[in-house]
Amino acid sequence: MRRRLTPYLLILPGGLWLTVFFAVPIIMMLSFSLMEGNLIDGFAFTFHWQNYTEGLSTYGDKFARSLWYGLLATAACIALAYPAAYWIAFKAGRNKSTYLFLMLLPFFVSFILRTVSWKFVLADNGIVLGTLKDWGLLAQDFHVLGTTFAVICGLTYNFLPFMVLPIYVALEKIDHRLLEAAQDLYASRVQTFLRVVLPLSLPGVFAGVVMTFIPISADYVNADVLGGSGNVMIGNVIYLEYFNNSDYPMASALSFTLMGALLVGIFLYARLLGTKDVLEAAGR
Amino acid sequence: MRLLKGRFLHLYTLVLVGWLILPITVMIAFGFNDTTSKQNFVWEGFTVKWYAQLFDKEDLTQALVNSLLIALLSTVITTVIGTMAGLALGRFRFKGQGVSNLVLFAAISTPELVMGSSLLAMFVQFNTPRGFVTILLAHVMFSIAFVAVTVRARVVGLDPSLEEAAADLGASGWTTFRLVTLPMIMPGVMAGAMLAFALSVDDFVITNFTSGSTVTFPLWVWSSTRTGTPPQVNVMGTLIFAVGVLVALYNLVAARRRRTT
Repeated sequence: MRRRLTPYLLILPGGLWLTVFFAVPIIMMLSFSLMEGNLIDGFAFTFHWQNYTEGLSTYGDKFARSLWYGLLATAACIALAYPAAYWIAFKAGRNKSTYLFLMLLPFFVSFILRTVSWKFVLADNGIVLGTLKDWGLLAQDFHVLGTTFAVICGLTYNFLPFMVLPIYVALEKIDHRLLEAAQDLYASRVQTFLRVVLPLSLPGVFAGVVMTFIPISADYVNADVLGGSGNVMIGNVIYLEYFNNSDYPMASALSFTLMGALLVGIFLYARLLGTKDVLEAAGR
Repeated sequence: MRLLKGRFLHLYTLVLVGWLILPITVMIAFGFNDTTSKQNFVWEGFTVKWYAQLFDKEDLTQALVNSLLIALLSTVITTVIGTMAGLALGRFRFKGQGVSNLVLFAAISTPELVMGSSLLAMFVQFNTPRGFVTILLAHVMFSIAFVAVTVRARVVGLDPSLEEAAADLGASGWTTFRLVTLPMIMPGVMAGAMLAFALSVDDFVITNFTSGSTVTFPLWVWSSTRTGTPPQVNVMGTLIFAVGVLVALYNLVAARRRRTT
């Protein structure tokens, strides 16, 4: 009897904590999004979806931009991470853990500080641009900060390790005898890669996409620090609605829409690829 | 051709590592910059004076103390709660396990912006004053899932017959846990604790939404971007980086030693 109760007693505190500070707030936010009002006069339920329709029509372009940036930065992460993960998994030999460790070094610097450091690197008269301008290689008014390129660069940089790890883990698990078998059956190196290695490593890529696309789409720090007025993402809008306009109902509606869009996205994605792979890979 | 390909990818990996550590190098270097202006990104000469004047900016020091204190408290609470949950999920089969796993997955994959803004929505509706305590509550909330998953992975790989053997020899449930189970899952618990600490010290978004007027180190850095980030921030970042790397290296070496003996 006691044995049967044990798991429930063990999971109770964590479950309660997550219920009170994770599940309940999201329900509160949903209820907030169906209200009208302001901080001074208080808020009242209207049970209208008008915050949602208004939010989508006003900020639809910002939603689209966030998803677009998310796609661009995620694609950049895959393109940059895959070859490196491949080399570390198959060719690095005894230095595997050293190289992995080097890949994870950014995690030892505070996220915000890393982003601010990019501002240093890309500053108009900073180390890179300043030097090139001094050598007369760039026009004096050339700038990177405040452009889409700078924002994508920051987003890619900040979330790249989340892509390297799952791809590396997937490649690492591949049985080397399969590669030998492919060679024995006269597959060229390219064919071996395309028909054996790539398909077997795809679950890692899928997991990497979940782990990068979601935080990238919801990010507002990179757009704020590195971008300009033309790079406002939905995260920035939500932040401003909460803190500058104090329009809590609208902000809640936008935040809930973002979560809904990402959830539906993940769900379809997981269905398309088989839920098990994505959940398993994400659970690691 | 084959050699070339291997070489090329090796070179590529090195370039990528270079790109990853470029901003870190810049951060460390500008902690030694003898800057005279508020904007610290033009090199003006080498100095170590910022290391001597590390705690001159009182509000920045306070922010760092807040960050470390919250991280410490959050780590202690999270490690206990998260380890319990990890044990339950890795060791037992019970009703509601699937739901629990799904909640953990949701807690790991929900964007921080949504977590932070929903917490703010709740605190506003309940008129909860935001500050040190709300930050702590939020940090424990988002760390639990990571610790639970880390511990669960360790528990799943354990041999249950060892615990049964302890029970056969007359050990009570608590004694078995203390003398058999806990030592075996300790590496997982420690890894989870370190992860919780790192997540808490580094967290910006959720803290930003739940902080009220309390300032943590990341929030201070964020607000300084408008006026100019002082070199002390670089020095603190450098020291946090150094401590983190040393702890990680120590763990790597310790793990290697365990394997060879």
